[in-house]
Amino acid sequence: MSATTPAAPKPLGGLGRKRAGSLAWHIGSLLVLAVVLYPVVWVIGASFKPSKDIINSLQLFPAHPILENFKGLADGIADVSIWTFFQNSLVYAGGAVVGILISCSLTAYAFAKIRFAGRNLLFALMIGTLLLPYHVLLIPQYVMFQKLELINTYVPLLLGKYLATEAFFVFLMVQFMRNLPRELDEAARIDGCGHLRIYWSIVLPLCRPALITSAIFTFINAWNDFMGPLIYLNEPGKYTVSLGMMMFRDSDGVAANYGGLIAMSLVALLPVLLFFLAFQRYLIDGMATSGLKG
Amino acid sequence: MTLVKESPPVTRKARSGAPAVKRRGRRENLAGYLFMSPWIAGFLLLTAGPMVASLYFAFTDYNLFNTPKWVGLDNFTKMFDDPRWQKSVEVTAKYVIIGTPLKLLLALGVALLLAQSRRGQAFYRAAFYAPSLIGASVSVAFVWRSLFSDHAIVDRTMSVFGFHVGGWVGNPDWILYCLVALTVWQFGAPMVIFLAGLKQVPKELYEAAELDGAGAFRKFWSITLPMISPVLFFNVLLETIHSFQIFGSAYVVSNTYCGPADATLVYTCYLYQQGFKNAQMGFASAMAWMLLLAVALVTAVLFWSQKKWVHYENATEDAR
Repeated sequence: MSATTPAAPKPLGGLGRKRAGSLAWHIGSLLVLAVVLYPVVWVIGASFKPSKDIINSLQLFPAHPILENFKGLADGIADVSIWTFFQNSLVYAGGAVVGILISCSLTAYAFAKIRFAGRNLLFALMIGTLLLPYHVLLIPQYVMFQKLELINTYVPLLLGKYLATEAFFVFLMVQFMRNLPRELDEAARIDGCGHLRIYWSIVLPLCRPALITSAIFTFINAWNDFMGPLIYLNEPGKYTVSLGMMMFRDSDGVAANYGGLIAMSLVALLPVLLFFLAFQRYLIDGMATSGLKG
Repeated sequence: MTLVKESPPVTRKARSGAPAVKRRGRRENLAGYLFMSPWIAGFLLLTAGPMVASLYFAFTDYNLFNTPKWVGLDNFTKMFDDPRWQKSVEVTAKYVIIGTPLKLLLALGVALLLAQSRRGQAFYRAAFYAPSLIGASVSVAFVWRSLFSDHAIVDRTMSVFGFHVGGWVGNPDWILYCLVALTVWQFGAPMVIFLAGLKQVPKELYEAAELDGAGAFRKFWSITLPMISPVLFFNVLLETIHSFQIFGSAYVVSNTYCGPADATLVYTCYLYQQGFKNAQMGFASAMAWMLLLAVALVTAVLFWSQKKWVHYENATEDAR
């Protein structure tokens, strides 16, 4: 209705048609929204239901919410406190973030700002690893870590993060660094700054958005990672959240403590959801640019 | 007919000027390789080395504790004759062929919907993207198991439309579609990329087309689709490769059995079983290489086909 909006020219049509179109737009969007958010809302409601109602009751939120499912979590499972799982996940995810930020930004700086022999070849190799299925490396890496007696430690999960094997983040940072104004580092060079100085004092601070995006994606990926812990960790005290949750299920798939399983699912999702709410701009922009420049 | 006046707002880089760097060349090389050293170490130790090792294991009998024994093509012939391997190929192919197009169609459809209005766009975009972040988690896999059980919401909703399945999770004919639904639910990531692509289509093109009397479908087919074809290509490539490698959700939704009746025995599940449950490292390596070949083949076909349908506006502007 605002006559002055410089919006994209709309096809000619009466006001009524326009309004009907806008109504259809909102109905369509809300419909998709309902389907998309249903599982998330469901798990919140279900975690306050008694186990027997979780599947059978279609009510999203119980009339008489109970806290037993969460109280039960405090007892842990099989003599392991669930805080242990959370600590382990934090160690893994935190360690991964530090590793990715250091190793990928160093590598990206070399690709974006240093002209060295063989750069294009190495860049092509790096892009190639983006498409490489991880499973080809799975078995030899396991064999290697097994020979080095590093099974049941976090080294196999973290080493790659400190050696910049996550090409996606290198790529993201390279794209960002290439778009930084060239004058800045040229001026710094004339003032006699070396690469380390330029990297640390000029490029890194300017790359904050790319670093934040990489950090959050890394954290979430590590938090959600299932295959890595499944293969490398074999002692419940070392389990991460995603692996620890598997202990809540029974061999027939219907958990004895179904309420506990659902409550645990919700608690495990919370850090990711909170990160998302706080940083969704960075995540979505990072995602969008990756596609445009790919 | 139509003239593209505006160049896309992607920052164009000045041609990296090469001042008198000859003397500095060696120092630059040293600095470059020093900065690159973590990546180079990682590439040799965790990528290139393992690839060579994996290729070797593929031709051996190896259970992690014996010395690998060369068996030639045995693993491959065994694999092709193995009904469970055939089943895993079938299951994975079905999952990729049904799931990926559905997911991308939904992503494109919703992106087109959202692109029509600025109001509320940011909110919807964020909300639709959220499942892509949590979809791979064990939590969501458990939630999925619950939502698709007997008497749960999905079954009851479908029953209203006279479509009674019962529990999808225990039903070998249906459980795979439960996984397909899980991947389609995560349409937000490709949608965000489509939206970014749609934003870059110059408005003048539509204006010109409207003057020529083009309808909505014609505009979509002749302007939108060609203009976003690079983004479409990127999404098709990444989503396809990605869904070949599904593991966690299949493993958890099927309660670690990849069943019932091997109905969710996706390729990586079988690889995991052979390698880590049965200690058939040689066989599993052979499987991994077949996966690599399949992914490489699909990638090659997509890149080859790209000449026919992907339209690059500034094809010559390649900085590297």
